[in-house]
Amino acid sequence: MSKVLSPGTYFMQGNKALAEGAVAAGCRFFAGYPITPASEIAEHLAVRLPHVGGIMIQMEDEIASLASVIGASWAGTKSMTATSGPGFSLMQESIGYAFMTETPCVIVDVQRAGPSTGQATKGGQGDVMQARWGTHGDYASIVLSPNSVQEMYDLTIRAFNLAEEFRTPVILLSDEVTSHMREQITVPPADHVEIRTRTPPRVGEPYFGGTLVPPMPSVGEGFDVVVTGSTHNEVGLRFTADPTVHSALVTRLVGKIEVAAQSMMDCETFNLDGCDVGFISFGCTSRAVYEAVETLEEQGISAGFVRLRTIWPFPEKYVRELAEQARVVIVPEMNLKQIYYEVQRVVDGAARVVPVNQIGGGELVTPETLCHVAKEATDKL
Amino acid sequence: MSSAAQRKQFLRGIPFPFCAGCGGATVATVFLKAVDELGFKDLRSFVFCSGIGCASWIPSPHFKADSIHTTHGRSIPVATGVKLVRPDLNVVVFGGDGDVLGIGLSHLIHAARRNLDITVIMVNNMIYGMTGGQVAATTPLGTWTTTTPYGSYEPPLDAFRLLASAGASYVARWTTAHMAELTESLKTALTTKGFSFVEVVSQCPTAFGRRRGFKNVKEMLRWLKTQSIPIDDPEAASMPEQGETIAVGEFRRRTVIPTLTESIQQVTKRAGKQ
Ligand SMILES: Cc1ncc(C[n+]2csc(CCOP(=O)(O)OP(=O)(O)O)c2C)c(N)n1
Ligand code: SF4
Repeated sequence: MSKVLSPGTYFMQGNKALAEGAVAAGCRFFAGYPITPASEIAEHLAVRLPHVGGIMIQMEDEIASLASVIGASWAGTKSMTATSGPGFSLMQESIGYAFMTETPCVIVDVQRAGPSTGQATKGGQGDVMQARWGTHGDYASIVLSPNSVQEMYDLTIRAFNLAEEFRTPVILLSDEVTSHMREQITVPPADHVEIRTRTPPRVGEPYFGGTLVPPMPSVGEGFDVVVTGSTHNEVGLRFTADPTVHSALVTRLVGKIEVAAQSMMDCETFNLDGCDVGFISFGCTSRAVYEAVETLEEQGISAGFVRLRTIWPFPEKYVRELAEQARVVIVPEMNLKQIYYEVQRVVDGAARVVPVNQIGGGELVTPETLCHVAKEATDKL
Repeated sequence: MSSAAQRKQFLRGIPFPFCAGCGGATVATVFLKAVDELGFKDLRSFVFCSGIGCASWIPSPHFKADSIHTTHGRSIPVATGVKLVRPDLNVVVFGGDGDVLGIGLSHLIHAARRNLDITVIMVNNMIYGMTGGQVAATTPLGTWTTTTPYGSYEPPLDAFRLLASAGASYVARWTTAHMAELTESLKTALTTKGFSFVEVVSQCPTAFGRRRGFKNVKEMLRWLKTQSIPIDDPEAASMPEQGETIAVGEFRRRTVIPTLTESIQQVTKRAGKQ
């Protein structure tokens, strides 16, 4: 097999497309631990990474997986791990460490029905809040949500780019359905795809401060890098008592992602102008929305939608835009109201927000349900 | 090099945070002596990884080198990532017994099993020092600690035998009272191809010595010396149960087995042919 997939169309499984996206993005180290429905990513990379001079290693657990990804990233290599809910929980301490040490890396969470081992082979969307708030302390996260096999490829490249651009861990939040579905994808020519790489610091330039996103050195290059998850100053030295050093550091780390939010707010929108009903959705659930919107239009109900391709930082602007037009905002998701509350906070009374929640058995919200809810809600207007 | 010259070459000049008489300072000094005797002029070819605990302060941020101070217990997997993508670097892990043998135990065993080409130096003070003296997996049976107020009721774990059987290429145990042997051992560990592990049984006067009734550091060091018996002594076999004798010595794997990096290189070659 060739190095990076040559341009063209392919029929592929979501997890494989994700793995190919990682290879195209320049990922050359992957560490993981088997778990359904994410295992195909590790399996595919075990085949593919050796072809491009990369390494895939199965570690003893998810804690070790992310820890070794962090080590590989500091050694100068773009790195990734992939897991599902139980493993994602085990990674949380190291996600905070990667955030605090500004270590670029990509963490894939293919959501399944939890909590605990729940329904291990069935899809779900219950990790939305864990992806945002999973580690302890104050932090901000970047979380992307694909809804097609094409996006499994594209958003993986984007995840690596964002990780490098903002020097932070980026979470790719997939779900069992999107990961396991097979669709046609188009791989663009390499020169049509932007691939970001890190810039090392100039001599004497601080790499833990001094600017919003400091340049990143690698170990083994003579920088004498000191990396610590404890509060540190611009050159990486610990300051564990001084309140100003802590607040300056954490405020910058959170601030850089808030600033980034403006440029990376990424949503698919449809028919926002003058719609009566609006849908806000993400991941596999959003696929039912396309059909529901069409059916409603045919029945004379003007419906629009906002699909969150970036879930965190929360794309408030788009949600607000939708709420300015629609009188009812419907939020379908395969969990018990995780995004609903966030939408309610942003809409802030400008429209009625109606939740549609479906959990268990991997069953998807259907377009019929969505049409029914939309009609009922508009009847009441 | 004189020890003053060593300090200048290898240290940043940031004072170590150890209590007076802590064995951690001894381990730092002996390690730098070993590196010096091996002919290294600086630490530029090294990457140090350590977890959380007093012993983890030995390299970071004090050594003039790259160092990654990881979360508690995860220094070995971080070191795994570094070593796999930069096999040319000397990757050395420092950690306490809680860090390496307690919370991080599975990583230690797997690194030995994989014959990952790194050196792990475990400072075993038989207690959780940094958190104030709680029982550890290495605490001698019956010891009073803050979490075993009526005496510890679990036998300690013998890292030496565990790692020799897990696949390590070199394993040694000495105490801070064996400076000469320890120096030689560290030199062997650093030049061993494959996974090497050196346990240094060390004194924590603050959280262990004081409570065990030792009057001073000298007395603790004398105790470390008198409790030590050679690892091949038949009496040493009882060590894990007793916890009071310290079996010292070294183990060298006779058959050379490939390092993890070499094994992966083989796989990459095979993949290229397909
Ligand atoms: C996940 C986690 N649990 C607990 C702690 C608290 N903690 C800090 S150091 C330490 C153990 C210290 O003992 P050891 O590793 O033996 O090192 P020593 O201080 O004795 O050198 C613990 C439990 C932590 N930092 N992280
Ligand atoms: S508490 Fe013990 S191990 Fe920690 S610095 Fe003090 S003497 Fe050393």
